Amino acid sequence: MTDAEVVRFIYREARLLDEKRFDEWYELFTDDAYYWVPLSPGQTDPLAHNSLAYEDKLLLKLRIERLKLPTAYSQKPQSRCLHVLQPPEVEKTSTGYLARTPFIYTETRGDESQRYAATAWHTLALVGGVLRIRLKRVDILNADSALPSIQLFL
Amino acid sequence: MRRYRDDSAALLSLVEEDRVHRDLYIDPEVFQLEMERLWSRTWSYVGHTSQVPQAGDFITVDIAAKPLILVRQADGSVRLLMNRCAHKGTKLVYDFAGNTGKTLRCPYHAWTYRLDGTLLNIPLKQGYDGTGLRETGLAPVTHEVYRGFVFARLADGPGLREYFGDSLSSIDNLADRSPEGELEITGGCLRYLHNCNWKMFVENLNDTMHPMIAHASSAGTAKKLWEGKPAEMPKPMAIEQYAPFANDYKFFDDMGVRIYPHGHGFSGVNFSIHSAYSSIPEYEQAMQRTYGPERARQILGTVRHNTVYYPSLTIKGAIQSIRVARPLAADKTVIESWTFRLKGAPAKLLERTVMYNRLINSPMSVVGHDDLHCYRSAQEGLAAEGNEWVSLHRNFRPGERGEMTCNGTSEISMRNQFRAWREFMAP
Repeated sequence: MTDAEVVRFIYREARLLDEKRFDEWYELFTDDAYYWVPLSPGQTDPLAHNSLAYEDKLLLKLRIERLKLPTAYSQKPQSRCLHVLQPPEVEKTSTGYLARTPFIYTETRGDESQRYAATAWHTLALVGGVLRIRLKRVDILNADSALPSIQLFL
Repeated sequence: MRRYRDDSAALLSLVEEDRVHRDLYIDPEVFQLEMERLWSRTWSYVGHTSQVPQAGDFITVDIAAKPLILVRQADGSVRLLMNRCAHKGTKLVYDFAGNTGKTLRCPYHAWTYRLDGTLLNIPLKQGYDGTGLRETGLAPVTHEVYRGFVFARLADGPGLREYFGDSLSSIDNLADRSPEGELEITGGCLRYLHNCNWKMFVENLNDTMHPMIAHASSAGTAKKLWEGKPAEMPKPMAIEQYAPFANDYKFFDDMGVRIYPHGHGFSGVNFSIHSAYSSIPEYEQAMQRTYGPERARQILGTVRHNTVYYPSLTIKGAIQSIRVARPLAADKTVIESWTFRLKGAPAKLLERTVMYNRLINSPMSVVGHDDLHCYRSAQEGLAAEGNEWVSLHRNFRPGERGEMTCNGTSEISMRNQFRAWREFMAP
């Protein structure tokens, strides 16, 4: 596995979100994976400290299935999102790879638009020779501000 | 913009016994009057004493559009002061929280105050000799502490115990759930910006006719994802927390609702969406050691849903989290969600609290998304013509007053809030 392949994986992950191919996105995660959006800068504890999101695969599944339902009223009209990524920095670790990717995230719904600066940290593992996400951590620069509804995935 | 300020009959006629006028939610003048009257004459939640454990520790908060500092004194008491230098108005401290040392020193011209707000020093003080300078301290604000909960009252009004009455039993239940009888706020504050009137949020807390509809997509999906799993498989905490939002009308009706004078009340008199959580044996044992089996059973058997301390504070004793409404404009409110550690309880309790807060109260909560969508939609829909009134008729009976208990799907808690609104909005 080259760094370039890891970078391609991260670009593809963002693209699946932007194209709302959530079922395919879900498959990128290991069974024990978490998607984490901390509340506080440098936060180390997801369990005893509040987070905007800390979701295992069951909860990710719940979000994804909900988005398909006509009763997801907050998705009328539907939200759209776009990740504009800086090239990831890839580091080899004992269990796989760690990638740091600063990005700008835009989420729109109807006439409303929100924009965030954030850093994604992908902890990646090779499972049967294939890259999988064990932890995706997204630090929003102003996660502790009073924020409106953020409805899709950063 | 003096339509209502100059005509109190018109203002008070916005609230009828079983319906309220749309201007309560959308009119900026009504909002301004609410800040000056309702939010100033009643007791608003400031914070918890555990946020300022050491002398000099402070938090800042705006109540009724006034900037305040809560600061711990050297003698262990807390004081509440206006956050405004007597000189030119600069705020003495600007952070949400911190430690100011032994004094409060203005960053502009170094006017310096003791922690109790009295003036300690002004540079080159002789320059004021013979001038008419007065009012050199930080204005104190009336406050009371109840089991660590600090409340402020910015204008004349009833005493704290008179105002809250027996509704304080919900704060007692929250604090009693600690095997040491003490709470500690911990884990940061989720701040969710609501583009709607504050009352839409506060009313919704005991609106038991909406969960099975508004939350069908989230709670319904949680239920469905767990369907067909073997009974011996332990139910994930997240499913335990989400699924009851999809319970049927009978469940919420049987929960019961209780009101108290001055707008306070709670649903979940008999049980609530928190009743069926898995037990945590080592916690229950710790509770029994402190209180004895009978009293422990009584405390843990009280599983109220939301208690509203009108107008600012709503608490969930059974899950140890609170939400605080901080109104900014007629159509703008910040909802703060805080979590408590029960001193002496196992770590699992706090994990459960934090998970609930994240799943339900975060700006990324799928439950919150649908709630806020409905509030915002009403904020816009109220502009429609043909009907200027919001209906609160469900189970209305003339003469409902004081402390009373009734079926859980009644809109009595909202009518009760508006009776208090009328009481405190008269000039």
